[in-house]
Amino acid sequence: MPAVSELLRVATAGSVDDGKSTLIGRLLHDTKSILEDQLAHVAETSERRGDGYVNLALLTDGLRAEREQGITIDVAYRYFQTGAAAGAATGVATGAAAGVAAGAATAAVELDASAASFRGGRKFIIADTPGHEQYTRNMVTGASTADVSIVLIDARHGVSEQTRRHAYITSLLRIPHLVVAINKMDLVDYSQDAFESIVAEFTDWATRLALSDVSFIPLSALRGDNVVERSDSMPWYQGPSLLYHLEHVVIATDRDMDDVRFPVQWVVRPMSDEHHDYRGYAGQVAAGVIRPGSEVLVLPSGRRTRVAAIDTYDGELELAFPTMSVTLRLEDDIDISRGDLIAGADEPPTVARDLEAMVCWMSEQPMRPGGRYAIHHTTRAAKAIVDRLEYRVDVNTLERDPDAGTLELNEIGRVHLRSSTPLVVDPYARNRTTGSFILIDEATNDTVGAGMIRSAR
Amino acid sequence: MTPGPQAHVTTRSTYELSHLQALEAEAIYIMREVAAQFERPVLLFSGGKDSIVLMRLAEKAFRPSRFPFPVMHVDTGHNFPEVIAFRDQLVERLGERLIVASVQDSIDSGRVREETGPRASRNRLQTTTLLDAIAQHGFDAAFGGARRDEERARAKERVFSFRDDFGQWDPKNQRPELWALYNGRIRRGEHVRVFPISNWTEMDVWQYLAQERLDVPSIYYAHTREVFARDGMLYATSPHIELLDGEAPFAASVRYRTVGDMTCTGAVRSTATTLAEVVAEIAATRITERGETRADDRVSDAAMEDRKREGYF
Repeated sequence: MPAVSELLRVATAGSVDDGKSTLIGRLLHDTKSILEDQLAHVAETSERRGDGYVNLALLTDGLRAEREQGITIDVAYRYFQTGAAAGAATGVATGAAAGVAAGAATAAVELDASAASFRGGRKFIIADTPGHEQYTRNMVTGASTADVSIVLIDARHGVSEQTRRHAYITSLLRIPHLVVAINKMDLVDYSQDAFESIVAEFTDWATRLALSDVSFIPLSALRGDNVVERSDSMPWYQGPSLLYHLEHVVIATDRDMDDVRFPVQWVVRPMSDEHHDYRGYAGQVAAGVIRPGSEVLVLPSGRRTRVAAIDTYDGELELAFPTMSVTLRLEDDIDISRGDLIAGADEPPTVARDLEAMVCWMSEQPMRPGGRYAIHHTTRAAKAIVDRLEYRVDVNTLERDPDAGTLELNEIGRVHLRSSTPLVVDPYARNRTTGSFILIDEATNDTVGAGMIRSAR
Repeated sequence: MTPGPQAHVTTRSTYELSHLQALEAEAIYIMREVAAQFERPVLLFSGGKDSIVLMRLAEKAFRPSRFPFPVMHVDTGHNFPEVIAFRDQLVERLGERLIVASVQDSIDSGRVREETGPRASRNRLQTTTLLDAIAQHGFDAAFGGARRDEERARAKERVFSFRDDFGQWDPKNQRPELWALYNGRIRRGEHVRVFPISNWTEMDVWQYLAQERLDVPSIYYAHTREVFARDGMLYATSPHIELLDGEAPFAASVRYRTVGDMTCTGAVRSTATTLAEVVAEIAATRITERGETRADDRVSDAAMEDRKREGYF
């Protein structure tokens, strides 16, 4: 069986104290994703710095300033892969450990990916965000593409301000799956009561959030309990280990497969002798299943046509779905350019200039009500004016402050904007691609705001 | 368009993509964004496996059109001859435009000074040649094949990596990169390095080469070569590298895991003569590719970061 596996994007956030680095280090180590020279380098650097232990944070803290100051500045990306775990809970550990080598060796033998089936092996991208500096900005960035969010809670301390902040951002960014990892269970004698009371406390508070799938896992990252293998120390816990959960959480159904959303990115027009009349619209499918013959609307113009063919370098396809990059040919000759959106005819998105959105501010220059910014939404660039800030959210208490007036760095609020040209949008809750935008300061060209659309007209 | 071996996603019962399909789709999207957002992009091609993948991704992004940008190779003059031959062949087969920026020209015109001694390398000189070529051609975006799994500094670099008008990278002042909304806005004189395969690992690259049945330069396969040992690595003997006292050349069966300048790229002992065997060896290795074969990263903890700040690849 070839090593064909699904890609899972995971966001973790937290501070040094809650054991996040230890947890990630444990996942990487136990799946044999840290190679000898990396481990030797970390050990040597830890020794030289006088850390007194093998400081796994050094694996990702690669920048000079980070190593000098012992802090994490930026989102770090880590990668690991597990092989076919074959489904049995007890087989997870060996499957994961052996998977890197075994899966890869077979890949080269059986090259034809078409015969592949998924057997639980996955490739993981972990966006690891620092807990202190630029906290909100970094976590929003890491969370924007994540399928799963891991929030760590120290079992001794229970739900903290930081836990609430993590959960709120997970909810705001609509990460489909949340894992609440209750860590350091070894320090509370693996007590079921301690675990249950944290679960109850979190659940009670989280009713105010839009979380669709929450899992609680008691673990000890330091001792490896319930990280890769299920632990014998907590017989009262019947659920999976963290890695088993990450390998099996179903993400294929997270995307909207009903209503087609296809932002046009690039018009393919060779104008060569061989392909003189070829005209295709290239882009990445954001939602829905497209087939030749599908009836579509081209927005904002509102013209109706049908898909004539779905082209790729490897030949025509019978269907396309998220997140495939394809080129569509249409039956009618319509004027279409980058920034237009090809949508299913049934539940079309809204063509609008007035947007209401939750905006996370990412610049040291505060958001200016009345200020003008460049806005990038799907493949369309326009200008936008901030009409007003309706309220600012305290990310720790979820309280709303209607008198805030402006948003400072790392603050989140509900904002009314007006764009210079019509945008083709959906609510962010419905589609993360057509519901999101960034704001750019035209003087500095910096990305200063991240927006999630609530409504539009 | 010709149907290839990968046009079979339709056979799946559920709407799932393999990780390689997902990574490929992301990379194609990034390349098209660059073509749309910039006036004068260029694809940096070294002849190595990562840039071979970039060339295939560009075919997937833009065919049946030609690439909306030229391909540029920064030639140190100390490259493996097999790689240069491979480069010329590939570019000709694809019918794309090749620009060669030459470190020798930079030396001859006095822009840089050649290092001397047994450890001399033109690796660092490339930066000047690269930045001069970017300025000369007015390029505003340059695709590179760097991956985040390669090296610690690269793990924190954006997909669209902004460079000021000195070509410098400022790791502490990077633009946040959210969703798939890439901000390609720059001023005249500035440029962006773009890394479409940021999220790929070394294994992903090899699996993709296998899946796409792509050729790689012969030095990636085991061959007998005259080498000598230095600093725990095996280097090819060549006119470009002086031996130190006590360094004795010998013949060994080796292959290369990365392709760079002959003076700073080490070989590994190997008997792998097919792609499948190479992939099996890499799967079994316990050392990273740059750790095993690149002298240029061994200068200090932050050697790559320091070079990148100056404008290196």
